[in-house]
Amino acid sequence: MLDSVSVATTFKETLGKLGIIFCSFSEAVKEHPELIQKYLGSVVPMTDNYYAALNAAVFSDGSFCYIPKGVRCPMELSTYFRINAANTGQFERTLIVADDSSYVSYLEGCTAPQRDENQLHAAVVEIYAGAHAEVKYSTVQNWFPGDKDGKGGIFNFVTKRGICAGDHSKISWTQVETGSAVTWKYPSCILKGDYSIGEFYSVAVTNNYQQADTGTKMIHIGKNTKSRIVSKGISAGKSQNSYRGQVQVMKRAHNARNFSQCDSLLMGNQCGAHTFPYIDIANPSAKVEHEATTSKIGEDQIFYCNQRGIATEDAVALIVNGYAKEVLNQLPMEFAVEAQKLLALTLEGSVG
Amino acid sequence: MLSIKNLHASIEGTPILRGINLEVKAGEVHAIMGPNGSGKSTLASVLAGREEYEVTEGEVIFQGKELLELSPEDRAREGVFLAFQYPIEIPGVSTTNFLRTALNQVREYRGLEPLDAVKFLSLMKEKMALVEIDQKLLSRSLNEGFSGGEKKRNEIFQMAMLEPVLSILDETDSGLDIDALRIVSNGVNKLKSEKTATIVVTHYQRLLDYIVPDFVHVLYKGRIVKSGTKELALELEEKGYDWIKEEVDSTATV
Repeated sequence: MLDSVSVATTFKETLGKLGIIFCSFSEAVKEHPELIQKYLGSVVPMTDNYYAALNAAVFSDGSFCYIPKGVRCPMELSTYFRINAANTGQFERTLIVADDSSYVSYLEGCTAPQRDENQLHAAVVEIYAGAHAEVKYSTVQNWFPGDKDGKGGIFNFVTKRGICAGDHSKISWTQVETGSAVTWKYPSCILKGDYSIGEFYSVAVTNNYQQADTGTKMIHIGKNTKSRIVSKGISAGKSQNSYRGQVQVMKRAHNARNFSQCDSLLMGNQCGAHTFPYIDIANPSAKVEHEATTSKIGEDQIFYCNQRGIATEDAVALIVNGYAKEVLNQLPMEFAVEAQKLLALTLEGSVG
Repeated sequence: MLSIKNLHASIEGTPILRGINLEVKAGEVHAIMGPNGSGKSTLASVLAGREEYEVTEGEVIFQGKELLELSPEDRAREGVFLAFQYPIEIPGVSTTNFLRTALNQVREYRGLEPLDAVKFLSLMKEKMALVEIDQKLLSRSLNEGFSGGEKKRNEIFQMAMLEPVLSILDETDSGLDIDALRIVSNGVNKLKSEKTATIVVTHYQRLLDYIVPDFVHVLYKGRIVKSGTKELALELEEKGYDWIKEEVDSTATV
């Protein structure tokens, strides 16, 4: 999609045979109004927050995806958001519905060219997973982060939420955030179905004057629900990188399990890393684990690599990729390779 | 191969090396011994290119090149290897991955093609057997959670893979039990050749029973004050360092 206007998706025929619908929002409204009506706004209502309201009012287009019962989508579906016009806002809306026992892996990649002024990206992504359904949503975000003096750059304020509506359903969010001047996003899971699973894997990199405040909310409602959070923050330059997460176990959510790991890697001594975990437990049978580490890339580590013949820039890339490995391993292969290169690129020049 | 002339080095303004002179030829094993604080590890670090140390005087010629003008990674690529006294951990990076990156950068520097995965793995198998190191250890994160002995064996494994011309073993025997000492020494001995040279920095005679030196030098207060053959090491084992310290200190006051 260029400037929020959809371009035809190429695999429509193959998908069509399986009954999979993957089209632009505008098309979906025309051709499958009953589905849109049923699911749109069911996970992120317009009243949710300011930017969701803005999106609901002006959303230009987006993607709609429907996987019928029992169907496993044979390929990774992807859309590609690109903001071109200056001083514009990009308001796309994505709705993914995975009916009972279906599976889909969805990729979202984002770029924007360099400009001096700021641009706004206020998107909404809603995911609905039926019983025994699984949705994997991966994002590699490289919006223009502003120049090295903090001028310009994208404001990335996104509301992403999935509902594990059916029993034994699963939603995984995997994100590699390296761009945008200011990021506010908390891909979340509402674990309504019994035995449902929510996962959040994130690598967020900030450099120069970028600010990121990102994390997730896992709301445990059903019984025997599980959530897993792995957040790896990397701060460099004069940036600020925060993890803000919420694990909420409601009163009747018996036997809920959560594991959270929030790690921060500081590169240099002018950047900041912050962690704000909120844990709200209303049921005594819940088991919640939280681990957090903060570390620096040691000069000793760099020297060790140097002494084996590895140049410093490559040593940093090696160490950072090792640090982010657990998250990068969650990405579909092509994305993982892109992400590794992107990490190295974003951190260029950050170790003096 | 290596010619150190009047090397002076300081750290944070404090002089540590005060005029080291040393000649190392291909095929030779030199042992550097000395009491704590004499500058043994400093010498190893300066040769490897650690930035914290400032070279204030002197020169080091390695295979006809000015070693001190090269970056640490270029020194490594020219064939200098330092087996660290305290090997560093790098979480998330396996030894295998680490070595593959290192080896291919060294090869690129030397104008060679990078090794493909198959050739690399067979090279690894060959060297693993040499150093008696387990495959499982190599797929774990580099040195993370390794025992002291495992870390030292990993150093020698890396040495085997990178095939350096000059190896500097910085107190490789510290923290090793008898068996680990034997395995590490065996590995070092198998890697020795007429074309390579080894500098062994150690406190104790024991390692030198296994890695037999051609020359033994005693470092004291930043200078090599005595040189000899392996008999000198045995003498130190018997008498300690005091007799040397007295000898040096008394001549200094004269």
